[in-house]
Amino acid sequence: MSSNDLARRIRVDSLRTVHKARASHIGSSLSIADILAVLYEDILRSRPAEPAWPDRDRLIVSKGHAAAAVYAALANRGFFPRDWLDTYCADGSRLAGHITHGVPGVELSTGSLGHGLPVAAGLAVAAHRGALSWRVFALLSDGDCDEGSTWEAALFAAHHRLEKLTAIVDYNRIQGFGRVGEVLELDPLGDKWRAFGWGVVEVDGHDHGALRTALEGPAQAGRPTAVIAHTVKGKGVGFMEDRLEWHYKSPTDEQLLHALRGLGEDG
Amino acid sequence: MRTAFIEALCRRAAVDPRVWLLTGDLGWSVLEKFSNAHPGRYLNMGVAEQNMTGVAAGLALAGNVVFVYSIANFPTLRCLEQIRNDVAYHALPVKIVAVGGGLAYGTHGYSHHAVEDLAVLRALPGMTVVAPGDPLETAAAVEAAAQMPGPCYLRLGKAGEPRVHARPPEFAVGKAIRMRDGTDVTLISIGGMLAGTCELARRLADRGISCRVESMHTLKPLDDETVRAAARETGAIVTVEEHGIVGGLGTAVAEVLAGAEGAHCAFRRFALPDEVFHRTGSAAYLWRAAGDLEQLVVEMVSSRRRKAG
Repeated sequence: MSSNDLARRIRVDSLRTVHKARASHIGSSLSIADILAVLYEDILRSRPAEPAWPDRDRLIVSKGHAAAAVYAALANRGFFPRDWLDTYCADGSRLAGHITHGVPGVELSTGSLGHGLPVAAGLAVAAHRGALSWRVFALLSDGDCDEGSTWEAALFAAHHRLEKLTAIVDYNRIQGFGRVGEVLELDPLGDKWRAFGWGVVEVDGHDHGALRTALEGPAQAGRPTAVIAHTVKGKGVGFMEDRLEWHYKSPTDEQLLHALRGLGEDG
Repeated sequence: MRTAFIEALCRRAAVDPRVWLLTGDLGWSVLEKFSNAHPGRYLNMGVAEQNMTGVAAGLALAGNVVFVYSIANFPTLRCLEQIRNDVAYHALPVKIVAVGGGLAYGTHGYSHHAVEDLAVLRALPGMTVVAPGDPLETAAAVEAAAQMPGPCYLRLGKAGEPRVHARPPEFAVGKAIRMRDGTDVTLISIGGMLAGTCELARRLADRGISCRVESMHTLKPLDDETVRAAARETGAIVTVEEHGIVGGLGTAVAEVLAGAEGAHCAFRRFALPDEVFHRTGSAAYLWRAAGDLEQLVVEMVSSRRRKAG
């Protein structure tokens, strides 16, 4: 599968699972579909049949509310059967509405923002001190960047020159109550990471070629890398794009059909 | 206890290459013993406890056994959600060590009084909570914490606590240590209260009151059987803890008694009142707010004798 195919599958499956479960956060899942697709197709060393393979690269998805997209990526990569997606948020299911460990391929349960980068930094320091071959990626949201714990980890990773660590910020600029600029300004976000001692790359978070280049290796030798991925919340479904309400709403039957047709699915 | 802790940890780290130590920039002149011996498994995290706990979880996910160290409430309450979500939720072998439990930092003010920590930490599923009673129990607790699979909270005193045990005790997590036997009342002590409780029992013996003393070093999992036996065999229990009266040892023992068939017994909790301390002073001074333990025990036993009489 190409990263473009996987991105489309992630979008389609996220829409279907969220619709079936009447769940929220579809906008957040669509926002990271391309990032996840490039990571899983082209960047992460992983063995879907052996999720605990010791030499795998680790991906910590700190924005745990984008669970539908992560589960869709894992299912389409073969970490678990695709029909598990039908159980998203169902009684007794493993697939909770926030990313949950125990699901094959999930490294860390998340859901409360600001937890992902510190844990990723701990993994990275283990890899560095043990001279291990794997890399660590942390996928953060704008909201993650509000949390002080994220910046504690940013200080730590730069101080210890954790070159194996890459943070990707899904910078769609919409958070709980509105625009980041209205709620709690993060700009100039790249400058903040740079000032903390990170190598910084800013990319279009839906451009697979640009993402691939940014994620292939450290931006600067001896520093952790921050990839500021400029994204659009709800990307790929016209009526959801850049709209706050799709942080909360679940698509109706008609909206689902409309969205799926736009993605080339019959519904 | 601080010294006993670091010595035991160094001994463990020498035989177990998975053992790490992280500090929140505290422990100067104490932790160097570890950092000099094992620089590759030591990190001063700076004053950033949330990140310290998250990093510890990451190191543990990579297969390590990680001790995190700070004082008072800093490694517990400051980063409670990291402990809950990153550590306990994933059942990771992260061992949280707080020095200065209770009122050890009495004169430093309320910010440094760790008097709600036991209640809070014992509420977390899968969290083992240990507060050793003297340096020998501390050494044994460190060894046990390093070897148990999941998370653990190790609540220590500060420095200079007396040895209560004459020799290293038989120590097992979740099993109280009988310090002396008695028939009138059982004093169940946790943490740094042990020395004072044993001393009180000796004094009361001279006054004709026979006290059983249990060192309940493990708050969770609690040694329910020891509590039930105390109720059955002595008919009276006093819990003694350096902690607020809400949620700690007294509460945990009450939970056992409430659920135990036929365990009717007299019961008192000696603990700090449920209030913010606006006064400053030594631990001994602050303890006056809790009342007088000796008087409490004497009155309890006298009243029972009158009723029986």
